[in-house]
Amino acid sequence: MATTRKTTAVAAPRRTTLLLATRKGLWTLASDAARRAWKLSGPYFLGHIVHHAVTDPRDGKTVLAAARTGHLGPTVFRSTDRGRTWKEAAQPPAFKAGSGRTVDHTFWLTPGPASEPGVWYAGTSPQGLFRSVDGGLTWAGVDGFNEHPQRKAWCGGDQDGTPDGPKLHSINVDPRDARHLYIGMSSGGIFESTDGGADWRPLNRGVKALFMPDPDPEFGHDPHCLRLHPRDPDRLYHQNHCGIYRLDRPGDRWVDIGAAMPKSVGAIGFPVVLHPRDPETLWVFPMDGSDVWPRISPSGKPAAYRSVNGGKTWQRQATGLPKAQAWWTVKRQAMTVDLAATVGVYFGTTSGEVWGSRDEGRSWKCLARHLPHIYAIEAT
Amino acid sequence: MIVRIPGLLRSYTQGVETVEVATAATLADALNTLEARFPGLRFRIVDEQAAIRPHIKLFVDGVLARNLSLPLASAGELMIVGALSGG
Repeated sequence: MATTRKTTAVAAPRRTTLLLATRKGLWTLASDAARRAWKLSGPYFLGHIVHHAVTDPRDGKTVLAAARTGHLGPTVFRSTDRGRTWKEAAQPPAFKAGSGRTVDHTFWLTPGPASEPGVWYAGTSPQGLFRSVDGGLTWAGVDGFNEHPQRKAWCGGDQDGTPDGPKLHSINVDPRDARHLYIGMSSGGIFESTDGGADWRPLNRGVKALFMPDPDPEFGHDPHCLRLHPRDPDRLYHQNHCGIYRLDRPGDRWVDIGAAMPKSVGAIGFPVVLHPRDPETLWVFPMDGSDVWPRISPSGKPAAYRSVNGGKTWQRQATGLPKAQAWWTVKRQAMTVDLAATVGVYFGTTSGEVWGSRDEGRSWKCLARHLPHIYAIEAT
Repeated sequence: MIVRIPGLLRSYTQGVETVEVATAATLADALNTLEARFPGLRFRIVDEQAAIRPHIKLFVDGVLARNLSLPLASAGELMIVGALSGG
């Protein structure tokens, strides 16, 4: 099943547009062809808490944004003209009446595979999985997950989990098989379905859960971000609450690749992003997970770490970033890559800055600042 | 019955602050009528289990409504309030 792991050359510089989902609205940041000059536009949905905004790579013009406000219930806004105009979903993700469960917010959006135009998946807080077959206009629960007899055992209660509520995130669809799905849950762990979501099984062997009475349980883990490589869908990486991991299917035991990180930095963080063509290359952005979990850059010195050999070794990439007294971090959806020949890497901070690298992380430049707390960045 | 729409929901009413709806038997009926005229509005203030959302208050003739089964037969005004939240 393995495919080539060599980097494929891609011609020509290309413009990159970043969708910036923040605690106070949505902005876009668009580059010139050299990715040197950037123009900030927005806000859209000012005052709305936008958890994730994603452009559909299948048509390049449909954009979905998951939003709520402090007062109002959660919804999904959709655009079919690259964000120029927006309409609200006619039926946003919501649990079934009588289930006793309430969606607090839609947290994660994933476009379906190329073979299923119009299909999208959404993950919510508390943990719920939803599917749309009409480009995000209407949503229905994936009953095989939401009503699975083991769901409560896997996830815990709806009040358990991360500080902003337990989440279903990191929905990955195998590009070879639309019925093969992976999800991550904080808390709950990583789960896999091979029948389009009708049934699920835990996929957490080898992953530490140091906060559990049994440090090697079947489920109950806290993956922060899971990514499947688009060119080699048998290669998965995930940044966990307890380290960084790689998995090569059909194997089912994760390899701890965070052990190779410098001890002074550690292997805790939120995001992991993958080189779009080379399955051996990935980036993480470590944060301080010591003691009471400050969740800021270790020692106030932010840096990305890159591996070009599947996590065997890591290189610190901090050129251009603040050298000290920078107490921000990067949320799990707030780091991304573009598709340029020399890949651009981008991240947004909890302090409202956007940083970018046009040389695969070797040097960084601040592209925007003074924005609200950034939750998610996606590049198109 | 008059329904007073708060600023945070006027994107659904094209900016209109006061809406008149036919007399409704219950608060649930009144909200269903509103939803039919302004699609999407109801779900922003009432969740999928028919509970009023935590930071939304509904006042019927000045009295706080606790649930959607409240009879409205003789009510003259429904006021929707977005309680302070966020930061």
